Amino acid sequence: MRLTRYAAAAAAFGVVLAGCSSEAGQQAEEQADNTVAVETDVEFEAGTTMAELAEAGTMTVGVKFDQPGFGLLNPSGEPEGFDVQIATIIAANLGIAPEDIEFVESVSANREPFIQNGTVDIVVATYTINDARKQLVDFAGPYYEAGQDIMVAAGNPEGIAGPDDLAGKNVCSVEGSTPAQNIRDNYPEATLTLFDVYSKCADALTNGQVDAVTTDNVILTGLVAGNPEGFELVGNPFTEEPYGIGLSLGDTEFRNFINDTLEASFEDGSWAEAWDATAGAITGEDAPEPPSIDRY
Amino acid sequence: MQFFLDNIDLFRDAFLNTLGLTLFAGVLALVLGTVLAGMRVSPIAPLRGLATVYVEIFRNTPLTVVFFFVIFGLPQIDTVVPFFTGAVIAVGTYTAAFVAEAIRSGINSVAPGQAEAARALGLTFSQTLTTVVLPQAFRTVVPPLGSVLIAMAKNTSIAAGFSISEVSSLLARLSNADPNDLLFILLGVVLAYMIITVPAAIALNRIEHRVAILR
Repeated sequence: MRLTRYAAAAAAFGVVLAGCSSEAGQQAEEQADNTVAVETDVEFEAGTTMAELAEAGTMTVGVKFDQPGFGLLNPSGEPEGFDVQIATIIAANLGIAPEDIEFVESVSANREPFIQNGTVDIVVATYTINDARKQLVDFAGPYYEAGQDIMVAAGNPEGIAGPDDLAGKNVCSVEGSTPAQNIRDNYPEATLTLFDVYSKCADALTNGQVDAVTTDNVILTGLVAGNPEGFELVGNPFTEEPYGIGLSLGDTEFRNFINDTLEASFEDGSWAEAWDATAGAITGEDAPEPPSIDRY
Repeated sequence: MQFFLDNIDLFRDAFLNTLGLTLFAGVLALVLGTVLAGMRVSPIAPLRGLATVYVEIFRNTPLTVVFFFVIFGLPQIDTVVPFFTGAVIAVGTYTAAFVAEAIRSGINSVAPGQAEAARALGLTFSQTLTTVVLPQAFRTVVPPLGSVLIAMAKNTSIAAGFSISEVSSLLARLSNADPNDLLFILLGVVLAYMIITVPAAIALNRIEHRVAILR
């Protein structure tokens, strides 16, 4: 055993065994029979973003490529997840078919720039609505309410039950993320280890280099699903993170349109279907109550 | 601007991390690189082979991959190194390959008659190398070595993705905390690197002129 591990490590110099989800393939299949009917007869007031997009017949959407359940690139190179489904629902109401949506990877740090410089039309990327961001972009939604939680090694060897138990522990998160800032501000006794993506946190937790990983519960759920023998979720969310859809500042008509579309999807069940096919397939839980739209 | 000033402490800590990483990794790269260069010109074939393999592996591997190996690969074989030490090892061992090649080019520029004369005087290989060849070699390689070291100072930014809170990691943290101040944050980051690299370039220039050999 030891020998093979050494051999493997030596042979795979630098090849990293990043934790990835085995759910990916199944999700793609389920997603296929779950596409929302594309509106064929759409009419928008001239000059609005909706009219432009409907006219172009295509739109660009920023999503995460590394978050199981929300936005993850599957082995065939297609992004899938709840965020992707939400984008598909919005596109469908603009008369844009799923295959005409161009998905662009938006990591946390480039979401505002992408919206501001027009790289993407909307961002659906586990994007928490907050006041600093509202200065730069407009938010439709929220379409989901997440909360910050903690993931630990299976069996919870450190006995971590909540954020207060993180004092003196080595906690992993992503540089620049809202959860990391929350730990820094409210739980300063925890030692933060910050990588650029959560998959590295999972690797560090596997290796015992950190004691816990903290971020939004949905992201952690995806990581646990990728390695159920190695990780477990504490399951005690301690913040509220409303996920919104980012669009360019001041485009109120487009924002109202997306809000209306979301509300309709809450009611006609397509929102719950999207959840069941993606994030719900990982957690194994039924779709939660849809959040109420915040038309600020 | 105010936001930038509010976070000046962060910049200081991050700057010290970048500086420390640069200094420690620089020393490691210079020492290891010199040893490797010596091995590559040694009369013992296995040493030559070993050094060649080392240089080719590290020179042809992206630094990010070296980082992955040190930070996440080594623990798989029960060798856990602290993150900062790991970053020093990754940057240092990677840069050592380039240092070795720069020094080897300097060694090749020393006229063969020098080494032959040293041997005729009865000096051993290591004596010839350390007292006759290397001192002359170092003088000629100051400019390329300087470029390698300055590139290394900037390469330390890869450590941002591996849990080291160095200068470029502030880019992610601060731009997300207050996306309004992106320009000042960027300027601060550029400035922090220049504080390290510009004096280094000036010092190297001085050294170059001081140790230049008249030919």
